Amino acid sequence: MAEAQLEANVRLQAGMAVIDLRGDIDGFAEAALIAAYLQADTKEPTAMALNFGEVDYINSTGIALIVGLLARARKNKRPVIAFGLSDHFAEIFEITRLSDFMRIVSDEAAALRGAAEEKSL
Amino acid sequence: MSTQIRDLWRILARSGGQSAPAAEPEASPASVEIAPYDPLVAYLQSARGVVEIDRLELDSAALRSLREGGVKLTVPLVAQGELIGLLNLGQRLSEQEYSVDDRALLSSLATQAAPALRVAQLVRQQKDQARRSERLEQELRIARLIQQTLLPRELPKLPGWEVAAYYRPAREVGGDFYDFIHLPDGKLVVIVADVTDKGVPAALVMATTRSVLHAAAESLISPSEVLARVNDQLIPNMPENMFVTCLYSVLDPLKRTFRFANAGHGLAFRRGVGGVSELKATGMPLGLMPDMRYEENEVVILPGETILLQSDGLAEAHNSRREMFGFPRVKQLLSDHPSGPAVLIATLVAELERFTAGGWEHEDDVTLLAIECSALGGKAAETARLAAPEVPLPLQAEFNIPSRPGNERLAIQRVSEAVQDLGLSSNRLEKLKTAVGEATMNAMEHGNKYQEDLPVHIRLRASLEKLSVFITDHGGGQRIPEAATPNLEAKLDGLQSPRGWGLFLIQNMVDDLKVTSDETYHTVELILHLEGGQHG
Repeated sequence: MAEAQLEANVRLQAGMAVIDLRGDIDGFAEAALIAAYLQADTKEPTAMALNFGEVDYINSTGIALIVGLLARARKNKRPVIAFGLSDHFAEIFEITRLSDFMRIVSDEAAALRGAAEEKSL
Repeated sequence: MSTQIRDLWRILARSGGQSAPAAEPEASPASVEIAPYDPLVAYLQSARGVVEIDRLELDSAALRSLREGGVKLTVPLVAQGELIGLLNLGQRLSEQEYSVDDRALLSSLATQAAPALRVAQLVRQQKDQARRSERLEQELRIARLIQQTLLPRELPKLPGWEVAAYYRPAREVGGDFYDFIHLPDGKLVVIVADVTDKGVPAALVMATTRSVLHAAAESLISPSEVLARVNDQLIPNMPENMFVTCLYSVLDPLKRTFRFANAGHGLAFRRGVGGVSELKATGMPLGLMPDMRYEENEVVILPGETILLQSDGLAEAHNSRREMFGFPRVKQLLSDHPSGPAVLIATLVAELERFTAGGWEHEDDVTLLAIECSALGGKAAETARLAAPEVPLPLQAEFNIPSRPGNERLAIQRVSEAVQDLGLSSNRLEKLKTAVGEATMNAMEHGNKYQEDLPVHIRLRASLEKLSVFITDHGGGQRIPEAATPNLEAKLDGLQSPRGWGLFLIQNMVDDLKVTSDETYHTVELILHLEGGQHG
């Protein structure tokens, strides 16, 4: 099987860094994900928003990468918000308790509201 | 023909001879045999009306016989252009010549008698045929009765095992039989045999062989010793030109061993992790020669593996073009259509029907036995549920995945395709995909160390109650870690590796997870209950 690719593009949206993810989050995604995080972090965002709207696949290695990313963000006091997750991956985030440490919302607008709430805390 | 002539003489002695007395003449002509190619036949076939025997000049044995029998006149009885009899007349009792009126009357009588005689002949032929058919049918009924009486009434129920059997007699009833014998130590003897010849003789030899096999099984353990003894006991009473092929095996359901010896019987197959292989053991058929010795072999049946025993009725079936079904085709089907034993047998039978185009009459009995080891070991707590009868669904998938990073996606794709007809909800399907992906990753990474020449074997089986996906790697003999709930806080604080989610995810994606291992292989069985499991 050809190695899957993850595209991760960073943009700033009302002070929130949005990382648009496209593809698979598995062992091959590490470099792209870390690069995107580092790029987003340089923008001094109020929050990091991970857009999973075009993510097809997340495996346990991908979960581990997200945990690593979340650990970095927590260390840097960056709230992390996830949106665009399919029902299945939202359930996995519940099961793994990732949802205890990152807000799970439906879309980017909800993420912006969540980022605003994080800022006001 | 001779009977007809004799009967006709009687008719004419009364009606043709005007002054004939009521009693038959003393010099009644003897029966005359007329060979089909006797020139008299050709002559009479084309003759018209009354023929005077003494005036014929033919080199004919039949003609000489008629003359010697005192026949003076003969009138051919012809129906539909075929000579079907003769009206033969001897000398008139008055010793006068037959008159012109007599001859005209005889011709007229022959014209009317011929069709009536033809009808009578056909009725007689039909009755003879019916009697022969009835006798044959009666023999077939007896043969079938013997055979069916001796076949097992039910299949053995072994915890952790599934057994399916199929038997279809040929039109003429061959000598196939199969049998199961439960041994006191929990082992199961499985026998498939085939007696040469058909009908009652084969059925009787089958009954005898079965009895001798049972007696030997009670006192001997080794399959090769059993066959040797049975051979010696059958030799003295075996009818000429008859023999018995037999595959005798002993299944140990707890140790998962299958020990077997073969007396000239057709190939048995094992469908396992490494594909389909033949279970070979050499030996001569039973009842041919005394003092035979039989090779004996043993295999360990891994969870998810299947043994197929068969008579030659399937492999040696021919279609209308006289092509043979063949063992390679059986082997290929076994490889291409993996499924539970019942579905496997149904598939083979369906392929046989397709191959022989339905209407083709099967020349020989067809016997198929399939035995499959489920993923479980012998734990008593699990056995009761496993022993429950399952009706397999026609789910067929079995494949190998090279151990290469990222190839779990292949496994997910193949499993998704295989289960698409099971009607799983989107949620259940996604969970299954995740579980399959994780289990395959574990198998490739931990079991096979990402060695591409060590594939991960994946096999699916569905019943009405559950779907099982068996994922097997070469990591047997390793310690199997318990699935623990990861400590996310510790991971986020950098106190633990962020990894270690695989088993936890699998456990949360399926209704049940079973792990078995031996010295070589390690198998994970992912189970989804299909009627409202806990994750439904």
